[in-house]
Amino acid sequence: MNVHEYQAKAIMREYGVGVPAGELATTPAEAEQAARSLGTAVAVVKAQVHAGGRGKGGGIKLAKSPAEAKTLASEMLGTTLHTPQTPPEGKLIRKVYVESGCDIARELYLALLLDRETEEFAIIASTEGGMEIEEVAAATPEKICTVHLDPNAGLHGHHVRRIARALELEGAQVGELETFLGGLHRLYVEKDATLIEINPLVVTGEGGLLALDGKLNFDDNALYRHPDIAEMRDPEEEDARERAANEIDLAYVGLDGDVGCMVNGAGLAMATLDMIHVCGGTPANFLDAGGGADKEKVKEAFKLILRDENVKAILVNIFGGIVRCDLIAEGVVAAAQELSVEVPLVVRLQGNKAPEGREILATSGLDINPAETLREAAEQVVAAAGGNA
Amino acid sequence: MAVLCDKETKLIVQGMGRMGQFHARLSIEYGTQVVGGVHPGRGGQEIEGIPVFETVEEAVDATGANASVLFVPPPGAADAILEAADAGLDLAVCITEGIPALDMARAKAELRGASMRLLGPNCPGVVTPEQCRIGIMPAQITRPGPVGVVSRSGTLTYEAVDQLSRLGIGQSTCLGIGGDPVIGTTFVDALELFEADPETKAVVMIGEIGGSAEENAADFVKSNMTKPVSAFIAGQNAPPGKRMGHAGAIISGGKGKASDKIAALEAAGVPVSRSPAEIGETLAKHAASVL
Repeated sequence: MNVHEYQAKAIMREYGVGVPAGELATTPAEAEQAARSLGTAVAVVKAQVHAGGRGKGGGIKLAKSPAEAKTLASEMLGTTLHTPQTPPEGKLIRKVYVESGCDIARELYLALLLDRETEEFAIIASTEGGMEIEEVAAATPEKICTVHLDPNAGLHGHHVRRIARALELEGAQVGELETFLGGLHRLYVEKDATLIEINPLVVTGEGGLLALDGKLNFDDNALYRHPDIAEMRDPEEEDARERAANEIDLAYVGLDGDVGCMVNGAGLAMATLDMIHVCGGTPANFLDAGGGADKEKVKEAFKLILRDENVKAILVNIFGGIVRCDLIAEGVVAAAQELSVEVPLVVRLQGNKAPEGREILATSGLDINPAETLREAAEQVVAAAGGNA
Repeated sequence: MAVLCDKETKLIVQGMGRMGQFHARLSIEYGTQVVGGVHPGRGGQEIEGIPVFETVEEAVDATGANASVLFVPPPGAADAILEAADAGLDLAVCITEGIPALDMARAKAELRGASMRLLGPNCPGVVTPEQCRIGIMPAQITRPGPVGVVSRSGTLTYEAVDQLSRLGIGQSTCLGIGGDPVIGTTFVDALELFEADPETKAVVMIGEIGGSAEENAADFVKSNMTKPVSAFIAGQNAPPGKRMGHAGAIISGGKGKASDKIAALEAAGVPVSRSPAEIGETLAKHAASVL
């Protein structure tokens, strides 16, 4: 789960991590008031959307007076922000964060994450702040320092000293880095974060450390023990269909093609998208109905798929391991009738009770195209959606 | 022979809830020696004809079990895995989906140096055809034979096994390693087991986007495998930054792409079918000389 920058910074502040003072505003008047109460010569007005690259898209601007903060906020709020990381339609700006400007001497990079390769925590630090870390890694890998931590042990002094050296910090700054990293490490463990990224981490003119930007991701699987974090979820930032799917325990990802898909199991669902591509079609979605797919789930899944106006045909691909294909077939028939599905429907049932399931489809009186194999199913549905693109 | 489990395996079930009971029954029907269950609060009961114990230690003492399958809900699952290791089991197969990554990272670090092998979590389990079923796989689609199957997914494994069986190619052991970012047994571990198993003549591996387990497997095949291996990678058309059902199936920061995995495997001499309908045929062609 992602949170907004203003939420991330509030959490970091709680853990003693240095962040600039700031206030959230949802109207231009609030932005003006925020800039005034911050009282700094310069304030920064920052669009709060779940996407990186906001500066490049015009979502981060400097205001030299409270009046200018008001003007900038009025130009941002209610408009759509386009950055290299937003979806094609952009992101609607509903709130802005007004932050004290600061005197920047250097911009650094700092991240804490779970390294899947070593299955340990990794702190990644670089002197090349303010850039995409992937670009730094590609162009100048020697400028990235990675320090691994045992998940059952802690952050030790030597870890801090190595990172301080890599970041070219000296004297009192090393102590400050220790506080900073200690806070981030505790946050990471206590709140089940999966990623903390601070880019840039700035060294101020006075030599202090401040997180100028902050990105926090949390483990969805651990939200049950962090109601405070779960409450920060901003449904407005999520794809409406993905959110609806989430609520009924289906895994759904919207895509830009025209073949709707319903599959049981994540691996087979991904493979089904691949199969559609192999046959010259383009899938409209990924949908894993899960191992325990039943009649009700099938109906809900159909509803979701049909919310996408681009869908020209639907493929149901079920490999019944434990799931009974006859029950799935009943669900498909019920859904097709109740929801009056008008697009062509191709159903492939294989495995447990598949012959019984096919019989139910065949005798339903509905126009359902049965398929035996994965290839056959994909070929049929791609043809039904309008043929090879 | 086969790997991980056979007819000698004595299995206990940790978490005798609805799922645990249901799959205990299916495993018993398949002929697996399911010797007990563990469910705190239900010790002393008998469920599905098997005795239930309070702790794994008691279950092992009373039954001589050497393997466990876990249906414990996510909040207690990592703890239950460590309990299995403490009780001296050889194998724990964790079916549970949704365990916090931090819990698994910590459990995995604690398991270093332990003698127990962990399969999963978030996996369908392991089947040695006509001998032993641990987990939730539909064992009836398998048939005994010379091909080892290893996969990160559940239903896609069934698809691959079904394709092999239809071509008349049986399996030595089919195992799912799980779709989470932190798992016990990796592709490399599984390949090592299959390489050492005299019954296994060839291996099919089914990977997916996210992480670099397939790239590591490619390195291992290149330098350590004498047996033919073919592969499929799911998610060739998955968009970056989106989690595709499995917690571990995500392309992030340009890493974990199917194309990179396919390139690494092909460079290691592993043919990778682009179509999921040709997983069986690809293996049949590649391993023709040994099958």
